[in-house]
Amino acid sequence: MGTEGTTARPRPLQSLLPYAYLLPALVVFAVFIFSPLVKSVILSVQGTDILGNPTGFVGFVNYTKLVTDSDFLKVLGVTAAFTVLTVVPSIVIGLALALLLQTRIRLVRFFRTGFALPFAFSVATASVVFQVLYNPASGVLNGILSLVGTGKVDWLTNPDLALWSVSAATVWMQLGYNLLVLSAGLGALPEEVIEAARLDGASGFRLQRSIVLPLLTPQLFFLVVTGTIHSLQSFGQIKILTVGGPENRTTTLVYSIYEQAFANNNSNYGYASAQAMVLLLIVLIVTALQFGVLERRVFYR
Amino acid sequence: MSAARREPRHVGTYVVLSVLFLVLLFPVYYGIVGSFMGNADLNSFPPKLWPQHGLFPENYGNALRIIPLGHQYLNSVLQTAAIAGGQLLTSLFAAYAFVFLDLRWRGLWFGVFLATMMIPYESIIIPNYLLISELGLKDTIAGLALPFLATGFGTFLLRQAFMAFPTELRDAARVDGASNLRFLFSILLPLNRPSLAALGIWSALSAWNMYFWPLLVTEAPSHQTIQIGISQLQTADSGDPGMVLAGVVLALAPTLLLVIFGQRFIVRGLTAGAVK
Repeated sequence: MGTEGTTARPRPLQSLLPYAYLLPALVVFAVFIFSPLVKSVILSVQGTDILGNPTGFVGFVNYTKLVTDSDFLKVLGVTAAFTVLTVVPSIVIGLALALLLQTRIRLVRFFRTGFALPFAFSVATASVVFQVLYNPASGVLNGILSLVGTGKVDWLTNPDLALWSVSAATVWMQLGYNLLVLSAGLGALPEEVIEAARLDGASGFRLQRSIVLPLLTPQLFFLVVTGTIHSLQSFGQIKILTVGGPENRTTTLVYSIYEQAFANNNSNYGYASAQAMVLLLIVLIVTALQFGVLERRVFYR
Repeated sequence: MSAARREPRHVGTYVVLSVLFLVLLFPVYYGIVGSFMGNADLNSFPPKLWPQHGLFPENYGNALRIIPLGHQYLNSVLQTAAIAGGQLLTSLFAAYAFVFLDLRWRGLWFGVFLATMMIPYESIIIPNYLLISELGLKDTIAGLALPFLATGFGTFLLRQAFMAFPTELRDAARVDGASNLRFLFSILLPLNRPSLAALGIWSALSAWNMYFWPLLVTEAPSHQTIQIGISQLQTADSGDPGMVLAGVVLALAPTLLLVIFGQRFIVRGLTAGAVK
């Protein structure tokens, strides 16, 4: 690849030139990604006074606190539940939609554009719409329930329900993206293989299950990994819909970092940074898994 | 393959698709239609699904009155332009170096770019917040945009596109004496417009839709972005859902148009970065 064949003049300026092209990006990465990464590690082994100033090296105090803090263990449980409740349904529904949209029917373009619309919603716009829909007094969801004679449901303030409600809204936000990825994957499937299977008499559900689905595993695996990472990073919907409550039942890892560091002027940067390192570790493990399992066939965007 | 045998199955597909369509797109419908409904309709129980007491465009005026939406819109536009423009430029130069220049330790440097994609932003958000505060950049467009002016993903996407560029064209340009910059801007750039459009749209979408970072680095309402503004409409007046939804539609309009009319570019970015 590249420029081996061209005249290699050993001028010092010439060998520095490529770096000039890399420099703008490298400066941004150095200042806003790599140096903060180091600072996060340093903060995580320091105490913090009430104004947020580091109070010096405290060793692994913040980390031992993580393991003994029952609130934090609960945070990890909520995070795991939230991840499963968002990743699995968003992929299953996305896959069903993508397969249905493979049928050669009229209106398919219309449906495809329509189903992709949620992709345009930001976490804030989607959360605010769901907030209106979930409103216990006047929301549409309770309105529909009233038609079948059920009483009003506190979607976001019932401790047993809140995480499900936030997850449902998140699945909705994630669907458009999953559909786009799976549709692109289906569109790129080798036509000959499908045709050959059809000629062999495979059709309908069997064709989908034994031919199409296996061919789609790279995309599905990609969505599991990126979806998991995306869910782990969720913040806006929790801040807007439940503020982590009720009873911290929707306090995920990132929301907990926010709470420790920024909510109510807590400024507990040391402890929050230790939690941030846990987040980093989990994401790195998930990413490593991806590279390990599929090597170079799938790339994290 | 008789068409007659296929038809019944298609009826089923239509029915399933239509039901899913109604359910899944209801939030979109209600967000838009609700923004034109009065509170007589929206706050009644059971709530009305379409306007029954006439349209209420006043919702939009009310939203603009309660928060400085005009300012916030401008802030979002500036932040988005800065981030998309910055990412396009830094990625363009970096990808060029990776593909066309004689870079030592190419693999190592590319590894550095890839590594930036693996670090979740939330895990380094505290030091970044402290840095922007120390620099006195809270409540500024610079504070909103600076940390996001480069992207490993964008570099990766453009690198893929450049690697498919015919080397004969590069060599021809070189023989003609075109400098690197000239080749980059007058030959490479025009011929890679779709990839640049894909990156531009992805950058713009994610910048416009950002929530966590702008929430941290802005305080004064007139310095906030539209995303933060609309999330606070509800707390400002929870009894006025029509006004809240009007704010949502204003924040949503640009990205909705992008998704409807720029879908092929979005898919292009997605497949370039996602599945090889």
